Amino acid sequence: MATTATIYHRGMLAASPRRQRIMGAAFLLFGVAIWLFFIRTVQNPNEVARYAMTLNYEAETKIPDWIVPVLPAMYICMGISFILGIYQIARGFKRWTNLALGLVVALFIFAFLTRETAGASISLAGIFYLTLSSAVTLTMAALSGIMSERAGVVNIAIEGMMLMGAMTAAFIGSVTHSLWIGLIAGIASGMLMAFIHGVLSIKYKTDQIISGTVINIFATGLTSYISTKFLQTYQYLNEPGVFEPIAIPGLVKIPFFGPIFFNNNICVYIMFVVLIVLQIALYNTRWGLRVRSVGEHPKAADTLGINVIRTRYMAVLLSGAMAGFAGSYFSIGSVGRFDNLMTGGRGFIGLAAMIFGNWNPLGGFGAGMLFGFADALGSKLTILGSDIPTQFLLMAPYIATMIVLAGVVGRTMAPAADGVPYEKE
Amino acid sequence: MATILELRGITKRFPGVLANDHINLTLNQGEIHALLGENGAGKTTLMNILYGLYQPDEGEIYVRGSQITVHSPIDAIKAGIGMVHQHFMLIPVFTVTENVMLGEEPLRPGGFLDRAQVAKTITDISAQYSLEVDPSALVRDLPVGVQQRVEIIKLLYRKADILIFDEPTAVLTPQEVNELFKIMHSLTDQGKSIIFITHKLREVLDVADRITVIRRGAVIGTTTPAEANQNTLAAMMVGREVDLELDKSTPKVGESVLEVKDVVITDDLREIAVDHVSFDLCSGEILGIAGVQGNGQTELVEALTGLREVASGNISLLNTDITHAKPRKITELGTAHIPEDRQRDGLVLPFPILDNLILNTYYLHPFSKGVMLNQAARFKEGEHLVKEFDIRTPSALLPASSLSGGNQQKVIIARELSRPIRLLVASQPTRGLDVGSIEYIHKQILAKRDTGTAVLLVSTELDEILELSDRIAVMYRGKIVAVVSAENATKEYIGLLMAGVHPDQLEPPTQTRKAITTF
Repeated sequence: MATTATIYHRGMLAASPRRQRIMGAAFLLFGVAIWLFFIRTVQNPNEVARYAMTLNYEAETKIPDWIVPVLPAMYICMGISFILGIYQIARGFKRWTNLALGLVVALFIFAFLTRETAGASISLAGIFYLTLSSAVTLTMAALSGIMSERAGVVNIAIEGMMLMGAMTAAFIGSVTHSLWIGLIAGIASGMLMAFIHGVLSIKYKTDQIISGTVINIFATGLTSYISTKFLQTYQYLNEPGVFEPIAIPGLVKIPFFGPIFFNNNICVYIMFVVLIVLQIALYNTRWGLRVRSVGEHPKAADTLGINVIRTRYMAVLLSGAMAGFAGSYFSIGSVGRFDNLMTGGRGFIGLAAMIFGNWNPLGGFGAGMLFGFADALGSKLTILGSDIPTQFLLMAPYIATMIVLAGVVGRTMAPAADGVPYEKE
Repeated sequence: MATILELRGITKRFPGVLANDHINLTLNQGEIHALLGENGAGKTTLMNILYGLYQPDEGEIYVRGSQITVHSPIDAIKAGIGMVHQHFMLIPVFTVTENVMLGEEPLRPGGFLDRAQVAKTITDISAQYSLEVDPSALVRDLPVGVQQRVEIIKLLYRKADILIFDEPTAVLTPQEVNELFKIMHSLTDQGKSIIFITHKLREVLDVADRITVIRRGAVIGTTTPAEANQNTLAAMMVGREVDLELDKSTPKVGESVLEVKDVVITDDLREIAVDHVSFDLCSGEILGIAGVQGNGQTELVEALTGLREVASGNISLLNTDITHAKPRKITELGTAHIPEDRQRDGLVLPFPILDNLILNTYYLHPFSKGVMLNQAARFKEGEHLVKEFDIRTPSALLPASSLSGGNQQKVIIARELSRPIRLLVASQPTRGLDVGSIEYIHKQILAKRDTGTAVLLVSTELDEILELSDRIAVMYRGKIVAVVSAENATKEYIGLLMAGVHPDQLEPPTQTRKAITTF
């Protein structure tokens, strides 16, 4: 649908002097906020925050905990924010603006975390481990969106495909007692939903947003029904188990990062493989060039003998496979059962990650890590017992998504023919 | 000369229309064969059949003596037929190399694209046919003329030797047109054969070896530039004698109507589109704004008619400041607007013709009574204007979308020119229209000027600007680079200004205008 594509474009445009000043003012505000909310509320000036740097204490390479004196750390964060803000207003970071913004936000979050941890301890390695775990679904959802939209079909049905994938994987996995068969079934269910989306939006040229919405509603209803009627009543239908972590010899011994990245279950590694393959394939193979041409200017592709319809079907089916995989990760990759509506809007956040990452797989992964971090931070602080009500902490990934989409995003470019059905004259 | 391509009895029917009626056409090796006809005459349909985008209902296609069937562009490419489309089939975010290779990509071991090999082929083709282009440039960064070269290279890369050019000059400056004609000759010199589709008489006479005229889907005749002239060709195209020379009296210039001072306007991307532009326009004169598409004309017209915010500067109409005025106020002050895109901005296509005729006056007496429309007045006005402006339709109650392009434009002209107006802003008033409609609209515009209306004519057709204007302002990259009086303007001079050559670097034109238009 053309209007969605235009909505994506609008408000995400070039840097201007005004934008430069607003950005600088925002940096200063972050500095002020650090002072106002964190520094002023410190009761004991000598308090320290303890950051655990190792995931579990049996690990071979153990790094000592990082002990941060609360007050000086926050003053440093505030100072750097002010310096960056003044430089931004006076000179501007130009094309590094978003990087500077990222740095300021990181400083703010660090100050926040330090303030919350004052007098206690929190596992930094644990936050990053959770971040990656959360980023797996978000990234796969983003890749699913990229796959489909690069060929010109808007896929907002990722959420529904993920739900179907999660339920099917849990159910089939339980019945067959094989996680692998469960995973394949989850992927297949995503592709089935994608096929419906493809027929509606490619063949019958239905509005793609409506087609996607219909699939989301359908998937929500169907999975809720099956879950309430069967999975909750007959527990043995909902006990697939989870993929066990596999440590990669050697790499897992890298200090700090090793246990986070190289001691995961197979789904996480598959995600990285898909990410790298898609990144290379889109930009360096015949297949990728043709997919992108169909998403940018289908008529041009058609005049050069490329089958637009077939390319779009293929892209949408692959997109469904990725969404089904992302859903399966929920049930058989992390939780070990299917819960009602367990995807919790992650499919939509994945779409936000796709936009933030500028329809580029690596960008989508970066954005997925960012939103995953917000997710992880929320969960960890809930456990730590923050003053902030749990409900607000759990909102973190959604709020981060809204802020990012509402204007932090710089110049992003959707594929030109994104959402426009292709009609031969 | 050997016949390389022959079309025999090609017929194509669309619902209710006979688009191609038993068309026969031969193309000789090494010739430029012009296919001349009005918009909607069936030229593009014929070429789309040849290129495999449509299937003919009847007829045969022979290439080098053997019959071929063309089910898709792939078949056409295999037969050595290539097409430069009117709207370029290029992907703006791809590089030149990627655009050229798309669909026929050579691979390196491992399945990766071999961009280097294609770039080298492009360089070779560039050298052979003097088609200069940087293979690694992004297409969106290239000027239109160079983009067209990329289209040509795409065909040569596929080893096409029958090249179809569909209205290739529509988007080019006069200099780029000359450049293109040179390229076309260099292609035919090296054995390629060209079908050149156009509706511009002068270009046909300039470049073609043979000319085939098509009207209403049928071939009217084939001739050569030596035997034909503009008048005979126009008569063949339209089916009656056409008055190509306009009767234009000297302007009776009155008081100043529109003053534009130091105006800056931004485009949709918030980038500056109109850059400190100032000009005056008086009653009884036509100011032509010449320029290649996309040099700020659209934004300027939108700002003048209240459809776009002015960033800085002043616009005043009859001494009233209208810089930030609403479109309705500007209309009520006596401005008429013929928008550039008649279907998007000029008409509500699903509405009946008679409602389109009162779109800017429906709320006034006699069309409105309180909150209700006065049906009788609405019908009367509709009937009256349809008759007066010769809008060809069975009924004024049919939707505007049922009309042909020329008649749609007449609806807009009728609506805008039937009220008392002081300023007429006409943007691309004849784009895509046939010779007959163009003649009609030009006469209407001149008539308005002679009754004391100030006319701002924005057009990318330099011929139109030269024919109608009393003064000509040239826009380039958002600035008015020069204002020239019409007597002093030559096509050459204005063309160079449109291409961005600074006026100080140019000899002022010495030829008089008359000498140019009658060559």
